[in-house]
Amino acid sequence: MSSPTSPVLPRGKTRIGLTMNAWLVYVFFYAPILLLVVFSFSNDRNVGRWGGFTLDWYRAFGENEEIQQSLSASLRVALISTVVSVVLGTMAALALERFSFRGKKVFDGLLYLPIIIPDVTMAVMMLLFFSQLFDALDAWFGLGLSKGFTSIVLSHVAFSISFVSVVVRARLAGMNDQLEQAAFDLYASRWQAFRHITLPLIAPGIIGGALLAMTLSLDDVVITQFVSGPGSTTLPVYVFSLIRRGVTPLINAVSVVMLAASITLVALSLLADRAKSSPQPTPSKETDNA
Amino acid sequence: MRDPRWTRLLAGIFALSLVAAACGGSSDSDSEASAGESPACTVGQTDGDLALYNWSEYIDPDLITKFEAEFGVSVSEDFYDSNEAMQPIVTAGNSGFDVIVPSDYMVSVLIDAGGVSPLNKDAIPNLANLAPEFASGLPFDPNGDFSAPYQWGTTGLGVDLSVTGEDVPRTWGLVFDPALREQYGAAGSITLLNDPRETIGAALKYLGYSLNSTSEAELEEAKALVSEVVQDLAAFDSDQYDELLATGDTVVAHGFSGNFIVQFDSADNPDQYAYFVPDEGGTRWVDNMAVVHDAPHPCTAHTFINFLLDAENGAALTNWNFYASPNAAAVPFIDPEVLEDPIVYPTDQSKLEFIADTGDFEINFTDAFTEAKG
Amino acid sequence: MSGLAVDGDLIVGDVPDQVAQANPEFERAAEKAESRRGLIMALPAYLYLLVFFALPLVIVFVYSFATRNRFGGTDLSGWNVEAYRKLGEPIVRDILFRSLWLAIITTVLCLLFAYPFSYFLATRSATTRNIMLVFVMIPFWSNFLVRNYAWRVLLGNDGPVSQITEAIGLGETRILFTPLAVVIGLVYGFLPFMILPLYASIERIDMRLLEASRDLYASGWQSFRRVLWPLSRPGVIAGSILVFVPSLGAYVTPEILGGAKTTLLGSYIVTQFLTARNWPVGASLSFVLMSVMLGATLVYFRNGGRTL
Repeated sequence: MSSPTSPVLPRGKTRIGLTMNAWLVYVFFYAPILLLVVFSFSNDRNVGRWGGFTLDWYRAFGENEEIQQSLSASLRVALISTVVSVVLGTMAALALERFSFRGKKVFDGLLYLPIIIPDVTMAVMMLLFFSQLFDALDAWFGLGLSKGFTSIVLSHVAFSISFVSVVVRARLAGMNDQLEQAAFDLYASRWQAFRHITLPLIAPGIIGGALLAMTLSLDDVVITQFVSGPGSTTLPVYVFSLIRRGVTPLINAVSVVMLAASITLVALSLLADRAKSSPQPTPSKETDNA
Repeated sequence: MRDPRWTRLLAGIFALSLVAAACGGSSDSDSEASAGESPACTVGQTDGDLALYNWSEYIDPDLITKFEAEFGVSVSEDFYDSNEAMQPIVTAGNSGFDVIVPSDYMVSVLIDAGGVSPLNKDAIPNLANLAPEFASGLPFDPNGDFSAPYQWGTTGLGVDLSVTGEDVPRTWGLVFDPALREQYGAAGSITLLNDPRETIGAALKYLGYSLNSTSEAELEEAKALVSEVVQDLAAFDSDQYDELLATGDTVVAHGFSGNFIVQFDSADNPDQYAYFVPDEGGTRWVDNMAVVHDAPHPCTAHTFINFLLDAENGAALTNWNFYASPNAAAVPFIDPEVLEDPIVYPTDQSKLEFIADTGDFEINFTDAFTEAKG
Repeated sequence: MSGLAVDGDLIVGDVPDQVAQANPEFERAAEKAESRRGLIMALPAYLYLLVFFALPLVIVFVYSFATRNRFGGTDLSGWNVEAYRKLGEPIVRDILFRSLWLAIITTVLCLLFAYPFSYFLATRSATTRNIMLVFVMIPFWSNFLVRNYAWRVLLGNDGPVSQITEAIGLGETRILFTPLAVVIGLVYGFLPFMILPLYASIERIDMRLLEASRDLYASGWQSFRRVLWPLSRPGVIAGSILVFVPSLGAYVTPEILGGAKTTLLGSYIVTQFLTARNWPVGASLSFVLMSVMLGATLVYFRNGGRTL
C-alpha cells in the first residue's frame, strides 16, 4: 500500500525485541545453509566430516549430465507450474473473496483438499489417475502416452493452486472494492481497474503465493516420483534416490549453485527495478518487483 | 434454480470416475492375462531405446555406454529409493519403463500383481552363466521364469572397533542383549534398519527362528525384543547408517554389505571398522532384473539382460559396486581382492536366508514393527 | 464475506449502501451479473481441480472400500468397511494424538517467531521488505533432503550446536534423534509457510489505526490485542493452516532428525500404502483425516472472518 499507511516500528524495548527476533530468524534460516555451503567444499563423501578443501564436487556437477538434466527439468516444472497456479489461484481467491456465486461453498471446500491430503495419498491417486487416463486415451484415440513432464506439471499445479489462493485470500480478506468502484466512476475499464488498482493492492499476496508455489514445486518428491516417467526425473527425486548409497556433497554443490543463481537473479531484478523506477517513484513500489 | 446443473455435473463426474476405476480394474486383469506370454524376441534383437529403472549408483556408467555403442540404442536411466515405491509405479501401468531391478521378495510380489512379464529364455542365452544356486530354486521365482539375478549381498552389522574393541562377539546379542550392549559401549549408539522385515527378521534370527516365520507366537517374541531395544537405539535408519557410523554418531549399525564396504574404504583407517553377518544368521538378498509387464521395448530389455549376464560385463558390475555376482562365468574377471573380501563373499553362507513374501502375514510384520516402536 | 472492513472505512470513506439498494430491480440484475462474473473467475481453477484432483480422489475413495488381497494388490470387488474399522485400533489412536501434539507445538512456535518477524518486515521500506522476503525463501530453493542432513550435522554428537552450548558452559547437548530435533526441523521447514500469509495480511493494515489507539491512551499490549491482532487474523489463520496441516503429515523430517523411533501419522500412512501394501487402510485413513481437517478448516475460517 502507499507509503502514508506503511507501518512504523514502535520505539523502545519492543523495537529492540522485533529487530532481535528478525535477526534470530535469519540466523535460524541460514545456519544449515552455511553448513551446506561449507561442506560443498569438503573432500569427503560424508557431509559432516571435513576432508580438506576441494572443488571436486563442483567439477563433478559440471560433468554429471544426469544431475544437469534433472535440475533443468525441476526448474522448468517449477516455472510453468508456478505461473499457471498463480494465475488460477489468484482468480480463485478473487472469486471467493469478492463475489458470491452458485457452487461457491463446494469450491471453497475443494480448494482446501490439496493442502490437507497426505502426500503419499495424492501420489498414489495421481498414479492411478494417469495410468487409467492413458489407458482410456489409448483405447479411445489410440494415443500411446506415458507419464513424464506433462503429468508432473499437471500434478504440481493441482496442489499449488490451493496454496496460492490461501495466501492471496489472506491479503484480500477484509479489503473492500471501494477503490475499484471509484475507478469505475472515473470511467476505468474493468481491465484498467484490475491492472492499476486491484493488482497493486494484492501484489504482496501474489508474490507470497508465487514464492510458496515455487518452493513446493522445487521440493516435492513423492508425488513427482509417482507421476514421472523415463527421463523426466526432477532433481529432488534424483537426490532422494541417492539416499541408499549415500548423498554426497555433490548435492550440496548443486544446492550452492542454485542458491547463488537465485541470489544473482534477485539482485539483477532489483537493479533493473531501481533503474526503471528511478525517474518517478511509483506509489506502490513493491508491485514492480513481482 | 441452477442447483440441478451443479448436481448433475458432479454426478456426471462421479459416474465417469467410477467408470475409470472400473476400467482400471479390468486393465489390471488384462495385464495379468498378457503376463502369461513372453515376447517373441531373438538374441540381440532391439526394438527401440531402453528405459532402465534401477537403484542409484548400481551400474557402472561405462557399461551403459558400451551397451549403447554395441546395439545402437540409447539408454535412459531413472532411479528409485525403495522396492516399495517402485512396485506400485510399475504395476499401475503406462510407466514407460522396460527393465527394473527388484529385490527377491519384491519379485514375487510383482509376479503376483502382474507387474512383470515372463522372460523369453531363448533370447537370454547368457542365463547359462549363472551359478547353479542362482539358476533355479530361488524361493521367490523357483524356475527363474520372471527374473534373472543381478547382484547379491547380505544384511548384517557394521561396528566401530575403536569403541567395542577388536574382540567383539559376532552376534545379534550386540543389539538385542542388554548386557552385551552395555559391555561393548553400544547402548544408545545403535541404528537398526527402518524396515519391518529386516529388523523383526534380525530379532527372529537372534531368537533362533526363521526370518520368514509366520508363527504369531514367534513374531510376538521378536516384537517384544525390538520394543525393548528401542530405548537404547540412536535411530531406525535405512539410509545413513554407514555415515553415522563413520562420523562417530553410532557404534553399531544394521545395514547392507556393499554400503559398508564403500564407507570403510573411504575412512582414514579402514581397520577401525568391521562388518559381519552375526553367527545366528542373517538376510541374504538378491536383486534381480525383470521386464515390466507393459514394457514398450521388450526385446531391447531382453538384450540388455543378456548383455549384463555376460561374463565380463557381470564382473564389471561387481568390480564397480562391490556386491557379489551370481554369475559363475564372471568369477575369473572379478578383481581378486573383491573375491577374497569376506564382506562381499561371506565364507559361511549356510545360515543366510532370503526374505520371502509371506502374503497376508506381511500385515502382521508391519503392525508388529509399528507397535514395537510404540 | 468478512467484517474486517475497518481500514477501508477510515481511508476511503464509506459509499452508503442505501444508494445501491434504492432500486431493487437494478440490484437484482447487478447481483446476477456479479454471480456470473464470480463464477467465470472461479471456473478455470474449479474445472482444473475437478479434473486433476477431485476425479483422482474419487478413485482412491473407491479403493478405501476395497480389500487387500493376499499378494498385496487391491481387490475391487466385495465392498466393505473393514479398512475403516482398523482405524479404531489403539495404536492408530496413539499415533494420531502424538502427531496432533507435535503439529500443535510446531504451529505455535512458528506463530511466535513469524508474527513479530512479519510485523518487522512490514515496517521496512518497500524495496527492503521485498529483499527480506526473498531471503526468507532462498534457503528453501536448495534441496530438501540436504537441508535436513545439514540439521543432522548441526545437531549431532560434537556438532556445532553442541560445541556452542559447551563453550558457553551449558555442557554437551545431544539433540539429534530426540523429539526436540523433530520440532526444530519442522519449525525450520514450515516457518516460511507462516511468514508469507502473515506478512501479506499485516502489510495491508493501516498503521494509523495503531497510532490512533495509542493517542487514545491504549497501552502497547492493548493496541496489539485490540487493533493489530484482530486485523491480522486472516493471515494468522491462513498461516496456521499452512503449517499445521503439512506438519501433521510430515514424515521425512521426523525420520531423519527423530530417528523414526516413534511412529507418526505421516509415516504410518506411507507404511500402509507402500510397506504393507494395504491401500484400503491407507486410503480410508486419509479420508477420515481429510474430512476432519476440512471440517475444522472451514469452521476455523468462518469464525476467523467474524470481527472480534
